[in-house]
Amino acid sequence: MTSSDTPVGAHPDMLGGIPDPEDTDYFVAPYDEGVSFDELPDSAPKERFRLSLTGWIGALIVTFWVLIALFGPFIAPWGENDLPFPDDYSEFQTPRAGAWLGTDVEDRDILSRIVYGAGRTIGISFAATVLAYVLGVVLGIGAAVSGPKVDMVMSRINDAFLSLPTIMLGLVVVAAVGSSIPVLICTAGLIYATVVFRLARALGQEIMVMDFVEAAKARGEGRWWIITREIWPNAAMPLITDFGLRLIYVILFISSLSFLGLGVQPPQADWGSMVRENLGALQYGESIIPVLAPAFAIATLTVAINLVVDDVSAQAGGRLSKRL
Amino acid sequence: MTGLILRRLGIGLITVLAVSIIIFFGTKILPGDAAQIRLGQQATPENVAAFREKLGLDKPYWQQYLGWLSNFLRGDLGISLASDVPITELIADRYKNTVIVSCLTALIGVPISLMLGIMAAMFPGSLYDRVLTFISVSLVAAPEFFTATLLVLLFVFALDIGNAVVVGSTEGKGFFELISHFALPIATLSFVIASQLIRMSRAAVLNVMSSPYIEMAILKGVPRGRIIFRHALLNAIGPIVNVVALNLAYLVTGVIVVEVYFAYPGLATLIVQGVQSRDFVLIQGLGMIFCLTYVILMLIADIAAFASNPRLRHPK
Repeated sequence: MTSSDTPVGAHPDMLGGIPDPEDTDYFVAPYDEGVSFDELPDSAPKERFRLSLTGWIGALIVTFWVLIALFGPFIAPWGENDLPFPDDYSEFQTPRAGAWLGTDVEDRDILSRIVYGAGRTIGISFAATVLAYVLGVVLGIGAAVSGPKVDMVMSRINDAFLSLPTIMLGLVVVAAVGSSIPVLICTAGLIYATVVFRLARALGQEIMVMDFVEAAKARGEGRWWIITREIWPNAAMPLITDFGLRLIYVILFISSLSFLGLGVQPPQADWGSMVRENLGALQYGESIIPVLAPAFAIATLTVAINLVVDDVSAQAGGRLSKRL
Repeated sequence: MTGLILRRLGIGLITVLAVSIIIFFGTKILPGDAAQIRLGQQATPENVAAFREKLGLDKPYWQQYLGWLSNFLRGDLGISLASDVPITELIADRYKNTVIVSCLTALIGVPISLMLGIMAAMFPGSLYDRVLTFISVSLVAAPEFFTATLLVLLFVFALDIGNAVVVGSTEGKGFFELISHFALPIATLSFVIASQLIRMSRAAVLNVMSSPYIEMAILKGVPRGRIIFRHALLNAIGPIVNVVALNLAYLVTGVIVVEVYFAYPGLATLIVQGVQSRDFVLIQGLGMIFCLTYVILMLIADIAAFASNPRLRHPK
């Protein structure tokens, strides 16, 4: 059994075949007094990922933005609404000492606003993706392990929401309750929970019919034990890969809403709304940096996450992307 | 076959009904009601009550919903709350821009990206293939306004051609004049769908290329170009149509962003205004139009996928 044909996170039982009697590790362990029985059948084999060059570049860029998001306010040269040149009233000033990326439509320092916006854009998107995952995974695996009726009702409702363009759902919610950061997190979380639900349900169903789950059932294990010990370890890896992908979509969704003026509200800095605020710079042909800088920030972040996800899923055999 | 298509159409119809319910009741949870908004803050309670009756807002929700739906089907989208004008009139001035840009994008962007994708599949692993894959992987995750900004940077700032805003009327313009009028929005949207289309059409052709009958053709010495066009492409058409329809459906978001970015009036900017002014009659009507387009394109993608696959067409 080489590592290349071992599905990531797979249960040893799942790989089928008769254990090799020569493979002493397989048989000796249960009788080893130092090892408790609990650790054996359900701990996933440890796999190490080796990122490729592009994967490393992606990981570096993501780390950079995460650090900026966490410590941005301490290193930003100015506050997000400070004016670096209070005596000079012209907007869209070109880069110079004191404002390395120039100033925006209200004469604020673009660099500082990008640094502040990093925390907001990444924070909101991350929170929303986590929410989507908690809801989607709990309901999806719940649907997979419960009876066919519950499953069908949940899936049909989910399909109805999935058949709408996400941006339209976002627009309707923002129209109904207005826009604030908690609303944005909940909206994006709920919208993307539908996708996670479908994925988690598909994974759950696939694993539910595996022999080792049958075996666990035959052993008389409870539903909770099966979910935590049999389904979760096998569903975790595809779900983690998908988390990265979903994070990209959520970042793009939040940024698009902010760009339309329906997301993060001024004067708070956010990358999407910065693009919108400064569109005038393009339209009057004054300068491109006020628009390019925040758009570039979003693009580097999402493309970098994509590079890492591509790398990881290629090593996981790309099974996930093929299935959905 | 026809039975299956009818079944899909039935599912599509149910989806549309579900969508209309979501949109109608989604906008019903709004605070305040149409009569109050239309008459303004100064209106007396009696006036508001009378007006509510006239608009049918005193009826139970399900009756309002059925009335709204049947009006929608007859082409009556109601009267805008913000501007007191029938929605159909608001749309009449603007729908052309949205339709023109989407259709031109489909006409120009789709064939070019398919060609690039198929070429990449013809020479897998070549420098051309790797460069193209790298570009499409990078662009697929970038937001629409980043692509738009790069194009503006190149054409408006570096080459000094054109303008970062789409201005002027489309009245009386020919095909090529329209293309140059909307050059930047069309280019942006084409890039957005191209990144997906190239990857997916390449994968579709490569997938077919790995099947045994292609191997047979290679072994008997059929030239590579002939294999692609006579053998592989015909069998890849189904998945490709599916991918094209899916991507045109995804254009819904792109169109909204691009209209705002290049500041020209269209349906998408109208719905954004509707959200800002909480004009939910407008949101209901336009939301339905956008979602219907989306659902119909998804349906086409779905039907194309199995109509082209004999194994799905004749299930055992």
